[in-house]
Amino acid sequence: MSAQDTVRHGEQLHLIRLRVNGIGHDVEVPARRLLSDALRHDLGLTGTHVGCEHGVCGACTVLMDGKPVRACLIFAVSAVDAEITTVEGLTEPDGSLSPVQQAFSECHGLQCGFCTPGFLTTITAGLNENPCPTHEEAREMIAGNLCRCTGYQNIVKSVERAAEITQAKEAESA
Amino acid sequence: MKPAPFAYHRPTTLGDALEVLSGNADAKVLAGGQSLVPLLSMRLAGPSALVDINAIPGLDTIEVTEAGVRIGALARHADVLAHEGVRRVQPLLPEALSYVAHATIRNRGTTVGSIVHADAAAEMPSVLVLLGGSVEAASTGGTRTIAAEDLFLGPLESTLRPEEIATSAFFPALPAGAGVAFDEIARRQGDYALVGLGAVVDGDSVRASYVSVSDVPTVVDLSGVPDDRLGEVALEHLDPVDDIHATAAYRAQLVRVLTKRVVTKAREAAR
Ligand SMILES: Cc1cc2nc3c(=O)[nH]c(=O)nc-3n(C[C@H](O)[C@H](O)[C@H](O)COP(=O)(O)OP(=O)(O)OC[C@H]3O[C@@H](n4cnc5c(N)ncnc54)[C@H](O)[C@@H]3O)c2cc1C
Ligand code: FES
Ligand code: FES
Repeated sequence: MSAQDTVRHGEQLHLIRLRVNGIGHDVEVPARRLLSDALRHDLGLTGTHVGCEHGVCGACTVLMDGKPVRACLIFAVSAVDAEITTVEGLTEPDGSLSPVQQAFSECHGLQCGFCTPGFLTTITAGLNENPCPTHEEAREMIAGNLCRCTGYQNIVKSVERAAEITQAKEAESA
Repeated sequence: MKPAPFAYHRPTTLGDALEVLSGNADAKVLAGGQSLVPLLSMRLAGPSALVDINAIPGLDTIEVTEAGVRIGALARHADVLAHEGVRRVQPLLPEALSYVAHATIRNRGTTVGSIVHADAAAEMPSVLVLLGGSVEAASTGGTRTIAAEDLFLGPLESTLRPEEIATSAFFPALPAGAGVAFDEIARRQGDYALVGLGAVVDGDSVRASYVSVSDVPTVVDLSGVPDDRLGEVALEHLDPVDDIHATAAYRAQLVRVLTKRVVTKAREAAR
């Protein structure tokens, strides 16, 4: 327990700094606060969604040092050394949609949008690692995320379209 | 649901972590949390304290020698899977790891955590036993090596003591001329297997180890068994059970089909 830590309703609170989308936030949380809840409730970043809370659905996926992880399976106190990126942090610096976001919009990759933040973060990291996925690789990239609405076909199309957009952008700036 | 309150420790040395564990009978180690956090959230586990080992430097190592692969407690599944040296020295590891959960879970989950969690549906405990590996355990009293065959007691039960931290797991190298293969059937790619197995073929020796068929990893010696009898002989040593995911009869059928398929693949890899 550090000097600043306090106790509320008999439970010890930890004063921690979370780095999210490039900004440091000081928050006071109990150790059991899930990162997903810290993002939503303590930081007001409600783009990260919570579905199953046991790692199965992928709705809560955020990037930790660039890699997708389940925010519902990490305690906020355990995330203090990492740079976290939520769906709010995916837009381009000028505020325009990222290639993955644009592809979802073009290909009807979403209906209700509940699963979408998890897909966007997962695919953003997936395309960083594998910029030209085959159809099979595009399917595998999203195998850990559940969607109740779209039947996945349009999401797979969105992965492939996002790869195209990224390549076109790179060719333009080259 | 949310986890019940617990005291949280984030030590920066192994010594401090072991110190907290030794004074705290129902404290638990937190590694990747990919199995522990769901158990806490569902309140199937309620430790009074967690010892988060993620801030301890030097535990995320992957050492490859001609003798085998030593994987540190904080090496994530994804890092082991991507490691070229691991692939060269013990190809069964990446082959089986590609079936462990989804990429997102593998980014955080640790291979050592998966072993000591001792889930009969998990791939890594089965592979460790098949290869005759071991786990290095540390406590304030010193360190010891636990052979894989002495590690698993039952579902989610191992001989690692509550005051111990598993610091690494060792997977022996594949002998020259030997071949390995792994395959499993799951409902969705990345989900837990209904049945899975790994096999090692080395000259006349044929051995297979199963996932999701028995309470603890079970290695079956299939040396000298004709191809059309592989599944039947394996079933003499296994006792598939009914559960919500599959009937015992279906599991037995998967054992028959997969055993032949995996042993054949391992033979081909041995050439
Ligand atoms: C949706 C989903 C699907 C999954 N699918 C699979 C699958 O198909 N196959 C599979 O094998 N696994 C699967 N997993 C589990 C995953 O592989 C976990 O990462 C792994 O089982 C546990 O590793 P961990 O580092 O996350 O351990 P934790 O969750 O941190 O810990 C698990 C247990 O081991 C103890 N522990 C961990 N590390 C140590 C240590 N160094 N010393 C002493 N005790 C320790 C903890 O106290 C705890 O009791 C899945 C998980 C999820 C959420
Ligand atoms: S809410 Fe985290 S995976 Fe479902
Ligand atoms: S768009 Fe509704 S859950 Fe996926």
